[in-house]
Amino acid sequence: MSMATASTQPIERENYLNKEYGIGSWLLTTDHKRIALLYLISITFFFFIGGFFALLIRLELLTPAGDLVQADTYNKLFTMHGQVMVFFFLIPSIPAVLGNFLVPLMVGAKDLAFPRINLLSWYIYILGGALMLHCMLTGGVDTGWTFYTPFSTAFANTKVIEAGLAIFVVGFSSILTGLNFIVTIHRMRAPGMTWGRLPLFIWAHYATSVIQVLGTPVIAITLVLVVAERALHLGIFDPKLGGDPLLFQHLFWFYSHPAVYIMILPAMGVVTEIIACFARKRIFGYTFVALSSIAIAVFGFLVWAHHMFVAGISVYAALVFSLLSYAVAVPSAIKVFNWTATLYKGSIHYDAPMLYAFGFIGLFTMGGLTGLFLACLGVDMHVHDTYFVIAHFHYIMVGGAVMGYLGGMHFWWPKISGKLYPEGWARLAALIVFIGFNLTFFPQFILGYLGMPRRYYQYPGEFQVLNVLSTAGATVLGVGYLLPMIYFLWSMRYGKPASDNPWNAAGLEWKTASPPQTFNFDEEPVVTWEAYNYEELDAPQKKEVPVAG
Amino acid sequence: MFDNVPLWPQRASSLAGNVDALFIFLLIVSGLMTLLVFSLLVYFAARYRNRPGVPAEQIEGSTPLELTWSIIPLGVFMVIFLWGAVVYFKGRTPPRDSTEVYVVAKQWMWKLEHAEGQREINQLHVPVNRDVKLIMTSQDVIHSFFVPAFRMKQDVLPGRYTIAWFRATKPGTYHLFCAQYCGTQHSGMIGDIVVMEPAQYEAWVSGTSTGPLSATGEKLFAELGCSTCHRFDSQGRGPNLTGVFGRPVELADGRVVTADENYLRDCILDPSAKRVKGFQPIMPTFQGLVSEEQLSALIAYVKSLSKPGEAGAKTVAASAAAPKSAAKGSQVE
Repeated sequence: MSMATASTQPIERENYLNKEYGIGSWLLTTDHKRIALLYLISITFFFFIGGFFALLIRLELLTPAGDLVQADTYNKLFTMHGQVMVFFFLIPSIPAVLGNFLVPLMVGAKDLAFPRINLLSWYIYILGGALMLHCMLTGGVDTGWTFYTPFSTAFANTKVIEAGLAIFVVGFSSILTGLNFIVTIHRMRAPGMTWGRLPLFIWAHYATSVIQVLGTPVIAITLVLVVAERALHLGIFDPKLGGDPLLFQHLFWFYSHPAVYIMILPAMGVVTEIIACFARKRIFGYTFVALSSIAIAVFGFLVWAHHMFVAGISVYAALVFSLLSYAVAVPSAIKVFNWTATLYKGSIHYDAPMLYAFGFIGLFTMGGLTGLFLACLGVDMHVHDTYFVIAHFHYIMVGGAVMGYLGGMHFWWPKISGKLYPEGWARLAALIVFIGFNLTFFPQFILGYLGMPRRYYQYPGEFQVLNVLSTAGATVLGVGYLLPMIYFLWSMRYGKPASDNPWNAAGLEWKTASPPQTFNFDEEPVVTWEAYNYEELDAPQKKEVPVAG
Repeated sequence: MFDNVPLWPQRASSLAGNVDALFIFLLIVSGLMTLLVFSLLVYFAARYRNRPGVPAEQIEGSTPLELTWSIIPLGVFMVIFLWGAVVYFKGRTPPRDSTEVYVVAKQWMWKLEHAEGQREINQLHVPVNRDVKLIMTSQDVIHSFFVPAFRMKQDVLPGRYTIAWFRATKPGTYHLFCAQYCGTQHSGMIGDIVVMEPAQYEAWVSGTSTGPLSATGEKLFAELGCSTCHRFDSQGRGPNLTGVFGRPVELADGRVVTADENYLRDCILDPSAKRVKGFQPIMPTFQGLVSEEQLSALIAYVKSLSKPGEAGAKTVAASAAAPKSAAKGSQVE
């Protein structure tokens, strides 16, 4: 059954990391694994920039008065925090790093379908990132990450065009990654790797890729229109020029709502893999989990105007979008119940990846349930544009997507680096992240219901205590994020060598070396088993193992 | 430090109780769901902790279970959806005969104008237990009128009116926030809603009155020359505006629209876009010639022409408006 049986030897085998040396071998690589690492370094850089902005925001909000920075600076901080985190960290995070590394391995392919396009996507990302840095260093932008018109087209006197251009450019890297995954998953599966045997990580990435390919062009067009109105005074969104400001919001959210699913679907895929491995079980309801990813991608495109219930749209339109928003909640609920059911009668291990997965389920559940409040027309009238919304989407994007990303990084780190990370530290970091996260964002739900609007630089005194709690939590959270960064780097040099399959996990990526060789497999794998065949893996060398299914 | 830490917002409008009840229902529902998921997670995690020699039991799945945990949540969601829709419709539909306040938002202040003529900045005085309808527009970017104690919020857009309403139920002073990011001083664009006992309010009104807004509008109507065409008989080159407000109007292109605040606004600023059937496109645009405050006054005046007793004879004959829907319209008043 096993392809590469040799476990770790003292002599280093040739692998994708040591095959070639020198900066040129990295900058001109077409190996999906090396490109994944290029992305890892780049998005980590932007994560810490975005995190630094978040830290300044929290420090400013420590007191009700505006005292740490100027109002204009504060407005730029939350704008660029949002833009950097959404477009330069969260959207590429799991797909471009873990997806890039794992999609070919998991389907049993030598590389992605278009290796050069894969490299191109990274260069486009870097170009977009350079434009964003340029925008920040030459003054920044203060429109909010949402670019609402006519503020962005006629009133803001900051670097709107530069920021729009950066996001326009980086969108193409997202489109190319999505395209590459779709073609790879369709065309490059190993013999025997049927759709029904694909790991659910692949299903999640497939759904994500569809959104990336269909949705991203819309934000690109929208930003071009913003630039056209701002620079050329074409009347599109500004009523003074005959435009309609709500048109912008429709176009913006048509992409930016599905973009939330670009962030969360891959994290769901990661968590599914982790739970199966650490409960030593096949996933409960494989088909339902797989199809719920597709359902989320499809319904996700039909709910955008739930961001606009008080924006001035018709009450009947609001009614339809509220109803559809509840429809998209069902497949998310299905996933949570299936993960929970997978634990039933499992044999559960508590290694760091599993702690992140538990954290993910808890925080995603709370983020999802508070989404029900916001989709509810009567409640949204009150909590829209308050800290309730901020708390809700951070539970999804940070509590969900970032927890999933960190869980995945720990789970696959032995495969990526060939080294083991220090387990004790990793469990501690998972705990710190979980506590810090809740301390940061739970008080914001209360702040929101009390009525504190978002994007407030100064605020009435009665909101202070909850803001202090939130800032304290952010400090804890920051420590929790620094720890993995430190011990991952440490483990690259000092970590124990990892065996090919340290978790005894299912999936083709574990049937090759750690780290894998350049073309992933010595010989093309042939798949004769279902995904998550943990029964076979755990059976102690028995013969005649009945294949489940 | 903890003396002044509210955990629940003040409740001071007729809508607030509805929103709170719905919110508490949601808290209970989601609390139960969270409890269910968390206790299962904790129970399974403890009960099925790995033990040597006890392998996991493989279970494929269960369609009946999948259907159960799809359909039950969907049913609960539908209850939330319907209840939310009911509260939303209440919050979006101003009762008839509400007192009207014109709101003009700009970077970074609120200008409020009562139908009785009082003008205020960043402060709105209203009597307790009276329906107040807000007719809002912005001079620049999008703002949002948010009163947490009333649980109401409505974005305020440039180039058109948006409508909101509330009925304050408790005297006091409440925050008015701008909830839509609008630039440098967004967080400084806050004001007070002062809810007063009726007697107090009458005293405040009589101390500040400058004559009703519609009177200002009537003066403007003459000064701007509107009255030369919009005459109160059938001889005018423009439609007679008596009784027009709130009625269906048939347009030159065959559409029928209701003559609400937004329609009147469009007719003043872009007269040819929604021209009334039977009239020539001869009216000039007043875009850039009238301020938002003057527009409010003009509209308040036109609306006053539809109130019984104010403009005498309802000469529907003179108005070419809505021959088709006259029957429907006449039921209105």
